[in-house]
Amino acid sequence: MEIERSETFAVLALEDGKVFYGRPFGAVDALRDGRRGEVVFATGMTGYQEICTDPSYRGQMVCLTYPLIGNYGVAKEDVESRRPWLSALLVREYCDEYSNWRAAASLDDYLAANGIPGMCDFDTRALTRHLRANGTLRGVMRAYAPGETPDIAALVAEAKQVRSVSDLDVVGDVSSAEVEEWEDLTPDPFPRREGEGGAERARVLLIDTGFKRNIARCLAERGIEVVLAPHDVDLEMVRRLRPDGVLLSNGPGDPESVAGLIALTRHLVWEARMPLMGICLGHQILGLAAGGRTSRLPFGHHGANHPVREVRTGRVTVTSQNHNFQVDTVSIPAESGLYVSHINLSDGSVEGLAHETLPVFSVQYHPEAAPGPEDNRYLFDRFAEMVARERNTVALAG
Amino acid sequence: MPVRKDIESVLVIGSGPIVIGQAAEFDYAGTQACRALREEGKRVILVNSNPATIMTDEGVADVTYIEPLKVEVLRRVIERERPDGLLATLGGQTGLNLAVELHEAGILDEFSVKLLGTPLATIQKAEDRELFKQLLLDLGIGAPPSKTVTAVADALTFAEEIGLPVVVRPAFTLGGTGGGVARTRADLERIAASGLSASPIGQVLIEQYLKGWKEIEYEVIRDSADACITVCNMENFDPLGIHTGDSIVVAPSQTLSDREYQMLRTASLRIIRALGVEGGCNVQFALDPQSFQFYVIEVNPRVSRSSALASKATGYPIARVAAKIAIGLRLDEISNEITGKTVAAFEPALDYAVVKIPRWPFDKFPLADRNLGTQMKATGEVMAIDRTFEAALQKAMRSLEIRPDALKPAQPEDGAEVPEGREFEPNDQRLWRLLDTIRCDTADGMLEDLHRETGIDLWFLAKLRNIVKLEEKLASRPLTPSLLRQAKRMGFADAQIAALIPGIAGDSAAPDTGAHDVRALRHAWGILPTYKMVDTCAAEFAARTPYFYSTYEQENEAEPLAGEKALVLGSGPIRIGQGIEFDYCSVRAAQELRAAGVQSILVNSNPETVSTDFDMSDRLYFEPLDSESVLNILENEAETGASLPPVVTQFGGQTAIGLAAPLAAAGTPLLGTSVESIDLAEDRRRFDDVLERLNIPRPKGGGVRTVGEAMAVANEIGYPVLVRPSYVLGGRAMEIVRTEAALERYVTRVVEQFGEHPILIDRYLSGREVEVDVICDGTDVLIPGIMEHLERAGVHSGDSFAVYPPRSLSGEETATIARYSRALALALGVRGLMNAQFVLTEPNGSAPGENVYILEVNPRASRTVPFLSKVTGVPMVTLATRIMLGVTLAEQGYAGYADGLWPAQPLVAVKGPVFSMQKIIGGEMALGPEMKSTGEVMGVDKTYAAALRKALLAANISVPERDGCAYVSIADRDKSEAMPILRALADAGYMFYATPGTARLLSEQGIRAGSVGRISEGHTTILDLIRTRKVQLVINTITGGRGPIREGIEIQDGFQIRRAAVEHNIPCLTSLDTARAVVEALADAGGYAVLPVGMYREGA
Repeated sequence: MEIERSETFAVLALEDGKVFYGRPFGAVDALRDGRRGEVVFATGMTGYQEICTDPSYRGQMVCLTYPLIGNYGVAKEDVESRRPWLSALLVREYCDEYSNWRAAASLDDYLAANGIPGMCDFDTRALTRHLRANGTLRGVMRAYAPGETPDIAALVAEAKQVRSVSDLDVVGDVSSAEVEEWEDLTPDPFPRREGEGGAERARVLLIDTGFKRNIARCLAERGIEVVLAPHDVDLEMVRRLRPDGVLLSNGPGDPESVAGLIALTRHLVWEARMPLMGICLGHQILGLAAGGRTSRLPFGHHGANHPVREVRTGRVTVTSQNHNFQVDTVSIPAESGLYVSHINLSDGSVEGLAHETLPVFSVQYHPEAAPGPEDNRYLFDRFAEMVARERNTVALAG
Repeated sequence: MPVRKDIESVLVIGSGPIVIGQAAEFDYAGTQACRALREEGKRVILVNSNPATIMTDEGVADVTYIEPLKVEVLRRVIERERPDGLLATLGGQTGLNLAVELHEAGILDEFSVKLLGTPLATIQKAEDRELFKQLLLDLGIGAPPSKTVTAVADALTFAEEIGLPVVVRPAFTLGGTGGGVARTRADLERIAASGLSASPIGQVLIEQYLKGWKEIEYEVIRDSADACITVCNMENFDPLGIHTGDSIVVAPSQTLSDREYQMLRTASLRIIRALGVEGGCNVQFALDPQSFQFYVIEVNPRVSRSSALASKATGYPIARVAAKIAIGLRLDEISNEITGKTVAAFEPALDYAVVKIPRWPFDKFPLADRNLGTQMKATGEVMAIDRTFEAALQKAMRSLEIRPDALKPAQPEDGAEVPEGREFEPNDQRLWRLLDTIRCDTADGMLEDLHRETGIDLWFLAKLRNIVKLEEKLASRPLTPSLLRQAKRMGFADAQIAALIPGIAGDSAAPDTGAHDVRALRHAWGILPTYKMVDTCAAEFAARTPYFYSTYEQENEAEPLAGEKALVLGSGPIRIGQGIEFDYCSVRAAQELRAAGVQSILVNSNPETVSTDFDMSDRLYFEPLDSESVLNILENEAETGASLPPVVTQFGGQTAIGLAAPLAAAGTPLLGTSVESIDLAEDRRRFDDVLERLNIPRPKGGGVRTVGEAMAVANEIGYPVLVRPSYVLGGRAMEIVRTEAALERYVTRVVEQFGEHPILIDRYLSGREVEVDVICDGTDVLIPGIMEHLERAGVHSGDSFAVYPPRSLSGEETATIARYSRALALALGVRGLMNAQFVLTEPNGSAPGENVYILEVNPRASRTVPFLSKVTGVPMVTLATRIMLGVTLAEQGYAGYADGLWPAQPLVAVKGPVFSMQKIIGGEMALGPEMKSTGEVMGVDKTYAAALRKALLAANISVPERDGCAYVSIADRDKSEAMPILRALADAGYMFYATPGTARLLSEQGIRAGSVGRISEGHTTILDLIRTRKVQLVINTITGGRGPIREGIEIQDGFQIRRAAVEHNIPCLTSLDTARAVVEALADAGGYAVLPVGMYREGA
């Protein structure tokens, strides 16, 4: 062990008895009474700030496989939601001497200010390999004063008691509370083209189950007015808001736990024939709404290098991913009109659904990237076109 | 899209000889591509002029031509083989340029050869500065203000517009040849002229110099269905302005946020799509460190040095994938060999840091300009992998093998003083200077000062400071397990730690003891390295790559290989004197072990090579080649309770043989020749005893340690003497010394530089030089062939043209050489390979064979092993490896030849040296005992004349056949010998310019010659004649001695002329023997054959 007991140290204990010793950073005090969560690993080499602020990680301790973290500090513009959400950040080496022209603070200070603890100086690759072999595990992390002796058996026992994200209302935690028009309050580093403006703009309801800001930005960039709705929005409210399309966002946890939203989606797609795009959790919700099933992946997909093929065009792109659940391949009823539009080239899992006739599609991955490759922004173009087309049809019909 | 059915056979063009800017990476790429194509059932026809490569070995391609890489030769290959397709993007700039030439000459059309992979239009768009600029503009991606010019005057005008400094980038050249940063008008005049002359189309780009911008590279792959991936990005430690081949490079980028990373990634993909590349492509960016502004600096639409580095850094085989794409496969149809489950359409995720450091040849050229710029100067590079940046950097520094204490403060070599205020100008010493400065200057804001001065990102400087801080901790605090582990995590070597800890580094007479103590302590405290796998996916998938690096972590992934195994030591970075030949030997040895059922483990630090392709052995450890690293690996591979696995030390050049003694001392069994035998051959006194016992004469001499001893020996044996330090390779610091004063200077300098090893002094015997490689099993000896050098003794064997079979040896002489070689191999106890060099003085009536003197013996595989293997058909490394495993020559069917001599083949092969002097600015190019060439070519044919002609052609020594113009300057002692050569040139219609002395001599002989005054007296006519190419050949024999400036004005004149010739690509011959050969080749206007190399052996 690299850590001397003469300094404050941290222990990560997993439910299967595997234990890692490291050095705490970030909100160290928060570790005194321990942090609990599912432990997952993410393989992207850049984008730690986006990962920290991705609401989909709510309830999870995230191990970053790239070993040098903190190098470029944190920037005001690189937050994907109002705060970091993960339970804890696990890294090989935390680098406090950051260097980047946009850096406003160190990652350590940022996490500390937001009550998020971290652990570093341990063999993160060993942890990753353990998770790969054994699947996502629950864990408890706690900090100890110099000389203190941790009660490992008790920690492991506690880890076994950690509630799975399926049993938590993680979506409720991260979702916005009320309907509001989305306004990009994050300073944007890139000068962007303004939307078309005025009453002509199409309106998309972005149902916030823990959305990443870049989704909203990608819509706004395409001249769309984005209205946010909380995850428990009902049909009544949707009708009142009169959107031209709906986007089901990403979010944490088990898709089956958002039953209301599944029902709403079923209505919007097959009754209201609303243009709809789903991302990540939103994709799973669409799958469930169609009568399909979802299941847990052994250790999820968390990274920026997953190859995906669009089945009908053969188009291959590299995608950014962050999910633990998937839509089961054979579960989508043919009568729903949905078909598997994208598949993962590494494990063959479902990466996208699309409707044969209705303006509806979803992807399991993150076309908005942030972090990750920008190869799939074309999906937002596709959605914007769908919304515009439907609007015209309606207008002509009306 | 499945594999193209219309392509059954593919012509692959190699990259030719190793030169600065084009090294072993193309052997790696080409070998991988040949295998990838054959996997898909394609017939592969390979052409390369470089015999030292793996790719030209039997079994790699279906048909192999070792022929000059010239359009007329390739035309004949195409005519003979009728390939369906041509793959030109794997042979570096050479291959690419040849493809363009073949197309332009109409040859591809004439024989319906399809260019595979990246289309020609793409190549032209990427290489032509103007076209490329337009493409960027169309994409809305910026390029720095620039202008393409074809005349120096236009360059000056444009520079006035945008202001100095500017960068000069010549079109279609390799490694930035002829380019550079011009800070003043005079700079620009000079650099633009050299760039225009270096560019085959006489075009240079003048571009604004973006000082302090970050340099970032992306390796991108695109398939014919438009799928694109980036394999890896890399960040240069050095900011923009230094050629990426001369930069310290880190993978992945360290200081880019995801936004910057993705912004440049997206730009790379847009560029490769717009260009229409099908295969690999390298995109280099300049990124403003204070904004999102970026520019594209360069695009290489082919595999490159960077792609080799990216492949080794990630485990992703770019050349393999590019070759498959070229024959129609899509990225999602190519399997990922590493996981065996996933496909090539993914982007590697790294969970470690990689550092590459270039290896420069300035140790060979003390007076050369060490400053680094846009023109590459490094001959090779090293790479290291670890889980901290500090460790990757320190391991890479050790891997350079520059000095035993590679991490100590920089020592200005040869007393070179650094001018005040220029300490941090980019050169090969800068990294050491930075560390040194950080050690000495602890003031606040010091890093910021360094950052301002150098433009190096603060992140990197902070990492350097971490190293220094830990040095201080080690020096000042009691060593605890935790501190020691911290040091190992940061990549501190045991020896380095020992030197820092006052208690340990006591014994200066035995510098190794300290390292041993630290090692013992590590064992006692359980601080042992772990090995992690390079798996392309950061452990997300179970991988099966046998590719590991060391790191001090908790979990070890490299369980000892089960069963019989042996470790083969590689040869480290490519440097002058230790090149790709040794990689050839290491790879063949590993493969042979495998074939014999022994698992092969390879250790090497060089990312360019075939040996560091994880497919080449059962297990690859990417590690420095020092005793600590190798012992760690051996201990890791030793199964519980078992002894250390054996090591093969004779194939990795001096690097590997140098490790034999320390490894054996630590209890490692050696396969092949024992340490005792190595010492017997390398220890001067013991070797003399052996020679005396065997009655083999050698030039008189002895080993000395002081100036006094040296004088005494030299006086006894008489001047001139040949002097060199012992235990070095490539004639390092070897010189012919003619006076007492020069000897004193030499000894003083060498003692300073090389320390305690003895200096060897021998009587210099002028005569024919002959070289043999010998295979010995302890009972029998096989001599595959004898090579005779064209240049007489005194020119390093690596810089000589060598002919097989020898032309001038009498039967007696041949028998004597064979007898001596055999006796030596047996007496020394060689098991495996040995190389011996002889000098033959004029017979002068002495008894037959008595004029043969032994010069030196190397108890290991030599530089000539691949050459000789290919021309004789004797699989030398295979035989030697099997001998090490206990199989005798007789059992292998290679015993029983008269005198042990393998019958001479019905062919003639000439090995020609190739130099990179154009790149080594200010380097002395005249031949001498110290090796200077970077690579070699082979000319093989049925007659000597044809073989010689091809060797000269392949080595790019081309002079007009008739009516040329030569400048000659001949030292007095050479004048009579030079006359017949000059006479022959005159008969061929040559005109001459000469120094006044030589001109007078020529006139006396009735040969007209223009007299040219000395440069030192203000006459620059000769330089103008060279610059304007009025002169197409320079013959200049030097008067001896060292150093153009120290030795007075006359030499300085010659030096300037030689440099001018080199810089303007005009053959400059400093040995009359080479000149004679060139003239002979001119006189013989006969044709040459173009055949697969095996057919020459069959006497076709």
